[in-house]
Amino acid sequence: MSGNGIGYGEQGGEVAPELAQEAAPTTAPSVPAAFGLFSSDTKKNEDLKQMLESSKDSAKLDAMKRIVGMIAKGKNASELFPAVVKNVASKNIEIKKLVYVYLMRYAEEQQDLALLSISTFQRALKDPNQLIRASALRVLSSIRVPIIVPIMMLAIKEASSDLSPYVRKNAAHAIQKLYSLDPEQKEMLIEVIEKLLRDRSTLVAGSVVMAFEEVCPDRIDLIHKNYRKLCNLLVDVEEWGQVVIIHMLTRYARTQFVSPWKTDEDVGDEYNENNFYESDEEQKEKDRKVKKTYTMDPDHRLLLRNTKPLLQSRNAAVVMAVAQLYWHLAPKSEAGIISKSLVRLLRSNREVQYIVLQNIATMSIQRKGMFEPYLKSFYVRSTDPTMIKTLKLEIMTNLANEANISTLLREFQTYVKSQDKQFAAATIQAIGRCATNISEVTDTCLNGLVCLLSNRDEIVVAESVVVIKKLLQTQPAHHGEIIKHMAKLLDNITVPVARASILWLIGEYCERVPKIAPDVLRKTAKSFTNEDDLVKLQILNLGAKLYLTNSKQTKLLTQYVLNLGKYDQSYDIRDRTRFIRQLIVPNEKSGALSKYAKKIFLAQKPAPLLESPFKDRDHFQLGTLSHTLNSRATGYLELSDWPEVAPDPAVRNVEVAESAKEWTAILSKTKKEKPTEKFYSESEEEEEDSASTSATESESGSESEKERKEESSSNESSESSSSTGVSSDSESEESTEKKTSGAAEESDSEDIKKKAKEISKSRSTFSSSDTESSSSEESSSNSKSESDSNNDSDTEKSRNATSSKVTTQVFVPTKMHEMLHRMTGKGLSAHYQFSRQPCIFGDRMVSVQVTLTNTSDQKIENIHIGEKKLPPGMRMHEFNPIECLEPERSVTVSMGIDFCDSTQTASFQLCTKDDHFNVNIQPPVGELLLPVTMSEKDFKKEQGMLTGMNETSATIDVAPQNSTSRVITERLMKAANLGVVPSGQDKIHRFAAKTVHSGSLMLVTVELKESSTAQLIINTEKTVIGSVLLRELKPVLSQG
Amino acid sequence: MCFQQKMIHSLFLINCSGDIFLEKHWKSVVSQSVCDYFFEAQEKAIDVENVPPVISTPHHYLISIYRDKIFFVSVIQTEVPPLFVIEFLHRVADTFQDYFGECSETAIKDNVVIVYELLEEMLDNGFPLATESNILKELIKPPTILRSVVNSITGSSNVGDTLPTGQLSNIPWRRAGVKYTNNEAYFDVIEEIDAIIDKSGSTVFAEIQGVIDSCIKLSGMPDLSLSFMNPRLLDDVSFHPCIRFKRWESERVLSFIPPDGNFRLISYRVSSQNLVAIPVYVKHLISFKENSSSGRFDVTIGPKQNMGKTVEGVVMTVHMPKAVLNMNLTATQGSYTFDPVTKVLAWDVGKITPQKLPNLKGIVNLQSGAPKPEENPSLNIQFKIQQLAISGLKVNRLDMYGEKYKPFKGVKYITKAGKFQVRT
Repeated sequence: MSGNGIGYGEQGGEVAPELAQEAAPTTAPSVPAAFGLFSSDTKKNEDLKQMLESSKDSAKLDAMKRIVGMIAKGKNASELFPAVVKNVASKNIEIKKLVYVYLMRYAEEQQDLALLSISTFQRALKDPNQLIRASALRVLSSIRVPIIVPIMMLAIKEASSDLSPYVRKNAAHAIQKLYSLDPEQKEMLIEVIEKLLRDRSTLVAGSVVMAFEEVCPDRIDLIHKNYRKLCNLLVDVEEWGQVVIIHMLTRYARTQFVSPWKTDEDVGDEYNENNFYESDEEQKEKDRKVKKTYTMDPDHRLLLRNTKPLLQSRNAAVVMAVAQLYWHLAPKSEAGIISKSLVRLLRSNREVQYIVLQNIATMSIQRKGMFEPYLKSFYVRSTDPTMIKTLKLEIMTNLANEANISTLLREFQTYVKSQDKQFAAATIQAIGRCATNISEVTDTCLNGLVCLLSNRDEIVVAESVVVIKKLLQTQPAHHGEIIKHMAKLLDNITVPVARASILWLIGEYCERVPKIAPDVLRKTAKSFTNEDDLVKLQILNLGAKLYLTNSKQTKLLTQYVLNLGKYDQSYDIRDRTRFIRQLIVPNEKSGALSKYAKKIFLAQKPAPLLESPFKDRDHFQLGTLSHTLNSRATGYLELSDWPEVAPDPAVRNVEVAESAKEWTAILSKTKKEKPTEKFYSESEEEEEDSASTSATESESGSESEKERKEESSSNESSESSSSTGVSSDSESEESTEKKTSGAAEESDSEDIKKKAKEISKSRSTFSSSDTESSSSEESSSNSKSESDSNNDSDTEKSRNATSSKVTTQVFVPTKMHEMLHRMTGKGLSAHYQFSRQPCIFGDRMVSVQVTLTNTSDQKIENIHIGEKKLPPGMRMHEFNPIECLEPERSVTVSMGIDFCDSTQTASFQLCTKDDHFNVNIQPPVGELLLPVTMSEKDFKKEQGMLTGMNETSATIDVAPQNSTSRVITERLMKAANLGVVPSGQDKIHRFAAKTVHSGSLMLVTVELKESSTAQLIINTEKTVIGSVLLRELKPVLSQG
Repeated sequence: MCFQQKMIHSLFLINCSGDIFLEKHWKSVVSQSVCDYFFEAQEKAIDVENVPPVISTPHHYLISIYRDKIFFVSVIQTEVPPLFVIEFLHRVADTFQDYFGECSETAIKDNVVIVYELLEEMLDNGFPLATESNILKELIKPPTILRSVVNSITGSSNVGDTLPTGQLSNIPWRRAGVKYTNNEAYFDVIEEIDAIIDKSGSTVFAEIQGVIDSCIKLSGMPDLSLSFMNPRLLDDVSFHPCIRFKRWESERVLSFIPPDGNFRLISYRVSSQNLVAIPVYVKHLISFKENSSSGRFDVTIGPKQNMGKTVEGVVMTVHMPKAVLNMNLTATQGSYTFDPVTKVLAWDVGKITPQKLPNLKGIVNLQSGAPKPEENPSLNIQFKIQQLAISGLKVNRLDMYGEKYKPFKGVKYITKAGKFQVRT
């Protein structure tokens, strides 16, 4: 407010007195208080109206700022609506923004006037700037005016296919808003959700899943096809989106996979005492037994694997989300990894601690082992707030066992003395629970509690009495001494609950203390009238019990007490007195019941169970609001039980046909018939795919590798198995290096097989899918930067109108180039290979993979790059030094080199601890490119702009066996890193790429002519590279 | 039409005296009266620290945090992970802190328009939109004295006139087009020792919590990698989203494109399994005589396992029992204060010189007639050691890729007491 005050002062003195008046009501908490000054309010609003109508932006801005100030304080500013809404089209961004704030707040109340602003937004929705489109959609969808529902629907639909992922993200948000405005639109909105779920941008994923959760959380079928993609994108989604996706996937997984802890359940609920003795070993053994019959669905494994890194997030909500996912989905032996991260969160704010501790409390009841190693992290500090202390205490009690109970009790001793008496009382309860749970320490605890009876603090004593009572009840056999001790205490204790408890104990076990009990009754009869109701009831009870067991001594006393009770003020006590009298004092009217009086009063009573208050929370999903409140919150989605039999896992297979359909529609019919064509279309799809999806593919890769042996004879089935395999588990998380080398071998064999043409068709499909998988595995390791580059290309797309897009490679050349022979390298040999990945070290770099092998029999230490001799402009990103390479081992490292779009050699020294060797890397021109996808139309348009000087061409011979489109594509892609452009003509093949350094387009056309020749045309600004590329590509098709 | 709405519906800011001084609604308006449930819970709690963060009311749920004497109370209508909301509210408070230098009622009231603009950008329909400070600063410029003067003269605004690109880029945490004449990268390795020391001086529990706070002022798009001499020390680490997790997994190197400005790169824990060096010891003798209204108080602090560095900034705070009326002490070093209302004794010791150990000694006056306090109070100790990371963590090197200039690099180590408590 004072900020506004300054603003005022600057404008002129005459408004200042108003300010003082206006400031007064703000200190009062309620709004209506402003009413008293209503007249001055209207006056000021007049003044605001004038300012809004002024021609000066600064006046308008000031007015808007004051209005926002009013809104912030919860004051009504609705009557200014007409004046404000006029400014919606203001050129000044800040005024515009503040008008938006105002509109969102008041549009609902002034619907007719709000419509005036709609056209402005509609116009903005078509703006070339994506941010303006996005913000228009945001405001439009926030105006809760039912009449504009159709306009909103249309806007959402359009935005959902916007080129900018940011706009699409906003579309996803708008879905929820429209749905809450008009639930009738559900069906249409689901269509949009379905479409956006297919979106591959990490920006969109979180928001659309949020919309899904809100609009149609039951349409689990929409998730199937996107499941793997979501799992793979997860790491790169922003933190808030991650939380939402993880919660959704948890629910999904519980409906789609079978339980990984099936046989555990036979053991029974885990928190019974027997289980307590069960060590972790046993648990694991059990798991192992289960594993014999149970194999985890690879998709289930994928989810667990991809969420694990997120335990390292800085965001507590993400960590908690992963923790609950592991709790609800992981095999019990694996769930242990979450404890460390949860304990880390305890260092955070009080609120975070509170929620996390609650969740740990629930977990620690069921699986003690998980948190036992962290017992000390739950030790209480005197500075903790009480609610945190009690939760920590709760967890420690849950974790108590024979091994740690003695340390724990020592710790509890400190707590009992705490100045925070509420906490001290809770500690006594906790000791009681430990005593019942662990029979070894029952006596120790009991003695300790008895000592506490002489404590000075009444609350502590009272709590001890109550707990002792409960403990004695569980094993009353030999505790006459304690009861006597407590009887003595009765004189000093004033807390009613404690007095009542002692009296009850004496009454219950009056036969064990035959001499004391009547005396206690005598004493309490004296003080009866001054006692609390609770105590009075117990005195009556005591009297009744003594009357039944020892009527000789106590008959008169009891009758005296009953008489006192008869005239008591409390209804309850009079009632109880009447009841007891009828029951125990035999008279002619008393019925058959009095015969059983003794049985009724002195029946064996079950001991109370000392249980954790968190025991019944486990039916709520952890980390939810419902769990925290321990009651079902509105909108809570039940976590279903595991299905007995898993639904068909094949539903998650992403069909090859999905994008191939669009493809094949463009391609001619003849191509459709060839199964091999499909392979390309699949990879094309992958091309569009963000690279992070690759882990799925790699899964499928390794699957198909296995299957190949079985299926090598049947070519037909090749396609199906080249998509994802589902049959067996694929837990193998092989190291990247291993895979790469595997892939290299694979490709060697590929070459051989090529010659044996008959079989090669199917095999090459497989083997190339293998190489692909290995490379994509790698790409997933770099997935962050990888998908970044993808996003980058998205933005680029909107910047350049060309709508071209850098894509990940389809084909990875497996050719290894020698860098250092093992003889010259004194046992160290080095090979390099171009991975065709966008480089993680810089977007102008080509990524190079160097495989270093130690062929000597000694280990080679400290392998690193030494002096570099690079041509001007060229830059190199070194690999990290390798500390040690064992004999017979090899390691693959990646480096990035910016070749500046030239084929000049990068020379540098490869050093070991003792030696250095001069080595070179020379790139083939084809590796200086990155593939680009574009439509045929765009291709032609671009080509049209790159004619004349920019075009080079040659006529080449084409060997007859090379004239099929598949072979042409394959061969060209092997020679250079190109992207296929769909072609409508049979004879013309088009490829597009851009140079890595400068990003210039490189368009390659192969036009098949009569008599096994073809025209090879290259269009590019970079004429030098263009001609080099032409030279390199010439022989490619002529060779057999 | 009341339909189910997820996430954050409204936000109320409430000061310690119970005034609602700001409200913001992202969906339809919720009446202020909903806060009455909050006030009710607040009354029940013993102190502000004990107000439950989650409160259930008949139609809404209230999730609140308490920061810098302000309650941030958010209104929720349906199931939502409570940590999601809590974490977000803290992020809002962090942003205010970042923008206004402090997160106080005055600062918020003075900048109510910026606050509103920020809240508008941070949450769309109750779902977090832009929470990275780098992005927000591009959208809404933070106020500075100079700018507010210029703005009032020229009538220009603090809303960025160029549209931000960061949100759209591949690195959403860094703004584009950063330029500095001096390129600098500083890393502060700050370690805090959490410990509970028992009466006899033995360590009940000790653990090191560390963070690396960075101040990066580098032009362009630098790609940094930071490596440690002994990365295995780090037991449990949490990362800023900019860090490439896989690189850490495979090479134990922190590789990242940093946000511009100040941010927390990682926080880590060195587990209690490793022995934690405790840099100070405390000799104490606190006793209350039975049946007399006085007691003795004698505390000496000395250095121990401090790796040859000076222990400085030593402060001891003690919450004395309620029965204590006053204290009559003499300090050989530094000064002490005792607040008879809150019963907090604070002794500002300063630097410890091993030759002459600081001591605080004297008489405790108790309320006459009150029973002798049965527990001695715990001593909370703060200290600081410059140029030392107590875990032994050492940064090996920092490399920069992606840019050509040579940045100035600096690493600073500091060890502090975290929650360091000595039971007596």
